[in-house]
Amino acid sequence: MTTHTELEVQIDQWRAYVRRHRAISTADVDEMEDHLRERVADLVATGLDDQEAFLVAVRRMGSLDAVSREFASEHSDRLWKQLVLVPDQADDARRSWRELAVVLALALGAGATVRIGLGILDEDVMTRTVGLLVLPFLGAYLAWKRQLTARVLGVLAVPYAVLALVLALYPFGSAGTTLVLAAVHAPVALWALVGVAYVGGRWRSDAHRMDFARFTGELAVYLTLLALGGAVLVGLTAGVVDLAGMDIEPAIENWILPFAVPGALVVAAWLVEAKQDVVENIAPVLTRVFTPLTLVMLLVLLAVLTTAGGLVDADRGLLILMDAILVLVLGLLLYSVSARDPLARPGLFDGLLLALLGAALAVDAVALTAMLTRIAEFGFSANKVAALGLNVLLLVHLVGAAVLLLAFLRGRRPFDALSRWQTRFLPVYAVWAAVVVVVFPPVFGFE
Amino acid sequence: MHIEKDLVAAAATPLVLGILAEGESYGYAILKRVTDMSGGRLQWTDGMLYPLLHRLERLGYVSSAWGSSDTGRRRKHYAITPTGREVLVERQAQWAVVAAALQQVWHSVQTPPAVAEGWA
Repeated sequence: MTTHTELEVQIDQWRAYVRRHRAISTADVDEMEDHLRERVADLVATGLDDQEAFLVAVRRMGSLDAVSREFASEHSDRLWKQLVLVPDQADDARRSWRELAVVLALALGAGATVRIGLGILDEDVMTRTVGLLVLPFLGAYLAWKRQLTARVLGVLAVPYAVLALVLALYPFGSAGTTLVLAAVHAPVALWALVGVAYVGGRWRSDAHRMDFARFTGELAVYLTLLALGGAVLVGLTAGVVDLAGMDIEPAIENWILPFAVPGALVVAAWLVEAKQDVVENIAPVLTRVFTPLTLVMLLVLLAVLTTAGGLVDADRGLLILMDAILVLVLGLLLYSVSARDPLARPGLFDGLLLALLGAALAVDAVALTAMLTRIAEFGFSANKVAALGLNVLLLVHLVGAAVLLLAFLRGRRPFDALSRWQTRFLPVYAVWAAVVVVVFPPVFGFE
Repeated sequence: MHIEKDLVAAAATPLVLGILAEGESYGYAILKRVTDMSGGRLQWTDGMLYPLLHRLERLGYVSSAWGSSDTGRRRKHYAITPTGREVLVERQAQWAVVAAALQQVWHSVQTPPAVAEGWA
């Protein structure tokens, strides 16, 4: 066989080349390879050497572009990348069916847990522990998928237990601000734990953290789509049931939503995992659309803030809005970075991103000056400190990103420096969220 | 002799169906059979056979199954279906009409060779 090694290499290269035509599937390539080999064997039998026979056989196969066009007109559907959740091949199929079973079981488990929680916990407790109830199921799916080691599971269990104990045992005042803050920040800290599960415990790797950021974005898109589809189904059902003179609202509230929402989260995670290499990622596409629009929005805000002559009602509402705007800008930045070829030269879009960052920082600076004077007047509350703290973190993050982006545009730093800064800063938010959950309530007297 | 592309394309379906009517076969063998039957004068681009076979399969004229060659390679075998046989009979009738009509045309245009040379 050694004499044919070169031929094998050539056939491999040919396969790889044919595979680049999207209209030609792997099975078609197999079929054509069989043909090619038969042709080569026949030609060799007539006295040609491997090299000549291969060249003649490839030539007789014809122009691959033309063949690919024929395949495309026969299988036009193939030009749309196909999502194969359960492949035909026996081995893969068994694994996929098992995965589907695991996903559905976990989705049902998450739903049932929320349903039971609604039944036995009072509303306050439920609000702040809902993340604790649902996210372990998502974590369990990822742990199963990544086959996490006991050590990683242990690492995940400890912070989870601490958060659970804090949320369950702290003597929160009813409807107090620290309770609301804890309820809002706990999912962020828990999400970081999901991230550790997602990257299979290798959370120190920048590339893996970026993958998790991508996963989060795609998950959000999928959840939104599932929610829209679900809303249509529920709406249609409710309409018909209503006509029949029955009231479906209690069923929706008590049964459908508690099962559907947590279930959708697990199913969406499964979809993101399954379609990873099938469909182009959508979050970066949305980023491209919304970056210029957000820039316009920020410029309008800047004009409004500076011409209004001082903010009349500069309360914590403004601060929270500012945080939301900065989070939006951060998201746009993160997903632009995640989808960019790090080796590509600086382009127009990078300039646009820098303008976006500049505008966001300017808007925040104006709002922050107004807020600081108010805080100096009325003192600190848990809410203000939480909002201000987040604002400071976002500012540091965005200023750092702006500096690195500028350096990249001027050819001083590689793009990689910016993407590493992005992913390295992410854990800071989780730590901050944990601080708000664990430290804030006792400091502010559980008010 | 070069045969026009459209003519080759028109003949492709009945040829493939006819060859499969003799018995189950696979791509390369079908092409070899075509070459043999036409004395090497009817030449296809090899790659084009496969989209054609897939089209015939979609139309339900042939069915396919993955098997393996003598050397154990994956190989897709095609067999004609009852629908395919019906289509083949139909095509045969159509081609008979065309061939008969052409035969008469050839007969009537049989011009003296001297004139033909004069044109050239």
